[in-house]
Amino acid sequence: MAIELIRSELGVSVRLTRGSFHLDVDFSVPPGITILFGPSGAGKSTLLDCIAGLVAPDEGRIFIANQALVDSAALINIPVQSRHLGYLFQSLALFPHLTAQQNIEYGIARLSSSDRAAAVSEILKLFRLENLASRKPAKLSGGEAQRVALARSLVTNPTALLLDEPLSGLDADLKNSVIADLRAWNAVHEIPILYVTHDRAEVDALGERVITMDRGKIIQQGIPREVLDAPRHQRLAQIAGYENVLEGTVKEIRLDNGVMRVALQGTTTSIEVPLSYAKMGDSVRVAIRAGDILVALERPTGLSARNILHGAIEALEQRSATIICRVNAGAMFEVHVTLGAARDLNLQPGRQVWLVLKTYSCHVVV
Amino acid sequence: MTELLLSFRLAFLVTAILLVLATPLAYWLAFSNFRAKFLVEAVVALPLVLPPTVLGFYLLIAMGPRGPLGKLWVALFGHTLAFTFTGLVIASVFYSLPFCVQPLVASFEKIDPKLLAASHILGADKEQTFFRIIVPLSVPGVITAAVLTFAHTLGEFGVVLMVGGNLPGATRTVSISIYDHVQSIEYAAANHLALTLLAISFVLLALVYGLNRRVGVRWLSS
Repeated sequence: MAIELIRSELGVSVRLTRGSFHLDVDFSVPPGITILFGPSGAGKSTLLDCIAGLVAPDEGRIFIANQALVDSAALINIPVQSRHLGYLFQSLALFPHLTAQQNIEYGIARLSSSDRAAAVSEILKLFRLENLASRKPAKLSGGEAQRVALARSLVTNPTALLLDEPLSGLDADLKNSVIADLRAWNAVHEIPILYVTHDRAEVDALGERVITMDRGKIIQQGIPREVLDAPRHQRLAQIAGYENVLEGTVKEIRLDNGVMRVALQGTTTSIEVPLSYAKMGDSVRVAIRAGDILVALERPTGLSARNILHGAIEALEQRSATIICRVNAGAMFEVHVTLGAARDLNLQPGRQVWLVLKTYSCHVVV
Repeated sequence: MTELLLSFRLAFLVTAILLVLATPLAYWLAFSNFRAKFLVEAVVALPLVLPPTVLGFYLLIAMGPRGPLGKLWVALFGHTLAFTFTGLVIASVFYSLPFCVQPLVASFEKIDPKLLAASHILGADKEQTFFRIIVPLSVPGVITAAVLTFAHTLGEFGVVLMVGGNLPGATRTVSISIYDHVQSIEYAAANHLALTLLAISFVLLALVYGLNRRVGVRWLSS
């Protein structure tokens, strides 16, 4: 008879030093999908390796429900093979000499053959893999391989699932279908799922909760929209795709309109931004995505946008299909325009332009 | 023909013994983090660079009536090891060790560590991972190790001469016999043996390499 495990939170509080890298985190993951977001080198994979038992932290505790996987004070360090977790690597690590079905059966060798057959046929059906069961990994497409790897992890009924950028190679449709499969499975099993990514789009597609990490530390946690769309932390703004982070001082607060005016440091320019927790004279930073800024050749009129800044292009640089413009409008702005727009507007270094910024494209960060 | 049979028997035995002994050694060399591992690696590789006479000389001393191995053998079985077929087998195991260990280490090291991690995460311990992942993925390496060991033992001369001497039916292998014939200017007999050895060796190698390629390809697809 299968033992029904108590499904509940994954708690992690670990510290680890490797050379100049310090990991120091303390968080918990409730049942459901939690995104672990951050730039490469933030320590996300190392953290997953700690939870899985591939890397031993210097000190700390890792537990699921009330069972300790690691408790350095009590000298507990459960070996990898006894942790009963699922861990999906970016490379998937399907065993190349085994068929899809044999891969899936690998982690449930201890079940009786009838239980095993039942579990396998159920998971094959759930992940639409019945017709691929006898294929070796070399003969599977990217999306099929992802589903096999996911099925292989989930068929063991893990108490928590760790995913290390497992969908980075897939196009959007395939991604969404794999995510839907995962959600369907977890609607029944309700385990904590920690999903690592550095891709903004995946955060939006998946997000129930997000934990952002950088340089071995947790910066912020919460709901993706709150955390990433209104970043309160300057470093987070940079990693979440806010190319412009400008220093400034609050010089006017208009409670009635829900806005305030920020004078940009070292310039005579000021911009209107949404009201946030700041007093007159406070130093704040304003984060603006380079793609949220419009470029005009003449001063535009009749626009709802409240911030229209005059400046000159200092440099242009092409990065794949995007032109990156550096514009001096008192402060330096990075602006992204398409190749076609840059051609049609005949953007050149030295050219006088107007930058248009919506108030709500300006985010005040700490 | 006795010489030929003797050589094949020797090569077969040495290959079987070495596959059993070299596998754990290769596993340790491939996966251990032991700091002084390089010293063991150097010792294993010694037979590659030493003249067979050097190795043969020390093995002869060790196996002789006053050597440690010889003394033990006399105490156990009443006769020394030098100039016996058993002595030849032991000497050949040392001499062919790197030819068995190195292909195994290379193929163990080639396995993606993520596969081994995935196996552990799925609940398999080291032993299960070895037999279910490492061994199957090392089949081409095991075949290469076996063939090289077999062929190298079949062709050895210096160590055999030092340790085994030249006793018909006991230690006179093909290579010794060919040398004998040439010394006695019996070129026809030498040619006969040499050609047979050449043909058999070629067929064996061709068979194994052909098989290895096909197995390697089929193993990971379809």
